[in-house]
Amino acid sequence: MDVIVDNLPTYLQGFASTLRLTLYSGALALAAGLLLAALRVSPLRPLRAFSAVYVEVLRNTPLTLVFFGLVFVAPRFGLITPLGFWTAVICLAAYTSAFVAEAVRSGINSVGIGQAEAARAIGLTFGQTLGEVVLPQAVRSVIPPLINVFIALAKNTSVAAGFAVVELMATGRRLGTANAADGLWVLAGVAIFYLLITIPLGVIAGTVERKVAFSR
Amino acid sequence: MRSRRGTVAALAAMTLALTACAGNAEEPETEEPAAGEEEPADETADFPEGSTMAELAEAGSITIGTKFDQPLFGLVGPDGVPQGFDVEIAKIIAAELGIEEDGIEWVETISANRESFIETGQVDVVVATYTINDDRKERISFAGPYYEAGQSILTLTENEDIEGPDDLAGKKVCTVSGSTPEKNLLENYPEAEVVPFGTYAECIDPLRNGQVDAVSTDNVILAGFAADNDDLEVRGEPFTQEPYGIGLAKDDTDFRMWINDVLEAAYEDGRWTDAWEATAGSVLPTPEPPAVDRY
Repeated sequence: MDVIVDNLPTYLQGFASTLRLTLYSGALALAAGLLLAALRVSPLRPLRAFSAVYVEVLRNTPLTLVFFGLVFVAPRFGLITPLGFWTAVICLAAYTSAFVAEAVRSGINSVGIGQAEAARAIGLTFGQTLGEVVLPQAVRSVIPPLINVFIALAKNTSVAAGFAVVELMATGRRLGTANAADGLWVLAGVAIFYLLITIPLGVIAGTVERKVAFSR
Repeated sequence: MRSRRGTVAALAAMTLALTACAGNAEEPETEEPAAGEEEPADETADFPEGSTMAELAEAGSITIGTKFDQPLFGLVGPDGVPQGFDVEIAKIIAAELGIEEDGIEWVETISANRESFIETGQVDVVVATYTINDDRKERISFAGPYYEAGQSILTLTENEDIEGPDDLAGKKVCTVSGSTPEKNLLENYPEAEVVPFGTYAECIDPLRNGQVDAVSTDNVILAGFAADNDDLEVRGEPFTQEPYGIGLAKDDTDFRMWINDVLEAAYEDGRWTDAWEATAGSVLPTPEPPAVDRY
């Protein structure tokens, strides 16, 4: 137990890094995911196809492989990214955006087709239909699965520990080496700091869900 | 040769179990029992009942953790069997237990999971470029050391900036997350920017691409990479002492002392030197075997 208290500053550094990874890649993934979902329901077949292929490839590839691709494979084709934080953000965002897109798409599909037809009938464009009519209704049913995706993202940031990012997990490994006798407590400390991110996310999900709840 | 020794050892073990009489003289390869073996020989009587050695010899199989990606020490070839100095040391121990090579199950252990694999019993022993230190001794026990390495620096042959650890200030240095070299760098060379990856092999591509400036870990590991790649070079004298030991369950003192005896016997009769020359000796000079530490 003492090992956690004694190394609190080190833990906080790792925690800050994990939090930044989660926030940056979460924001990017949300933006990219929304765009992908919009493409997925767009009237243009090539856009739909692009989105479908992207989502299926990223969603079905292990995250570690995505990291491998950018860190070890891409350089062989001349694409050399600076190691560390931003490479990890790109990988996490690219991976998570596929899940965001699917969650949003399911929300869009949950809005009755009549809504979209009515919007088009009164002359709204595709963008207006999506932005003014469908998405505002979809958001309500999308919040819980989206929070799920972001909780998974918070935990997935630990994969970056193997790819030149010193976040919570890598910090835990360092502390584990420096305090080999207290290895279990070191890991318990790591777990507690992950809970500090994921439990509030879950609470937010519950609150937001109640706030936006409506009866059809 | 090895299999004959294995058979003899197995027979010896069985005979001993039946007659309960000590008999190191039956070992054909050992001209005279090694120094440390004489006094405890009578009370331990090779494999006393209930000891780890007796259990392993009885089962005829042993699970050994080693590195799978460490040239010269433990490297898995296309056939799936690891090769290297650590592997040879492990085979010597297994042979003394009367276990054939078929009876050895190799498990990959990486720097971060070695203690927990021993603690949970997923492996019986770990021979994996495993540095003996006091922190680790609080969770597991070490036999040996059977080799003394030291941390050094690997960089591109064309790099002229880095000649020793003091030149690492402000440079990106790749090492393994949670390893002793990482700890040394953080403590002794805080100016260096440590870039942690999962394995040392993963550091090589970024080094070539210029994403990191150097790789730092034990000299023997770096020598393996330098031997395989003409564009890489080990720089400077080792700046730490890393005695490699054999990890085993904490406080299994009988087993630890027995492995120490085996190591000393192997120093004595040349098996240690043979193992070195057949593996790491192809790149590195043959050192004097270090004295085992019977703490």
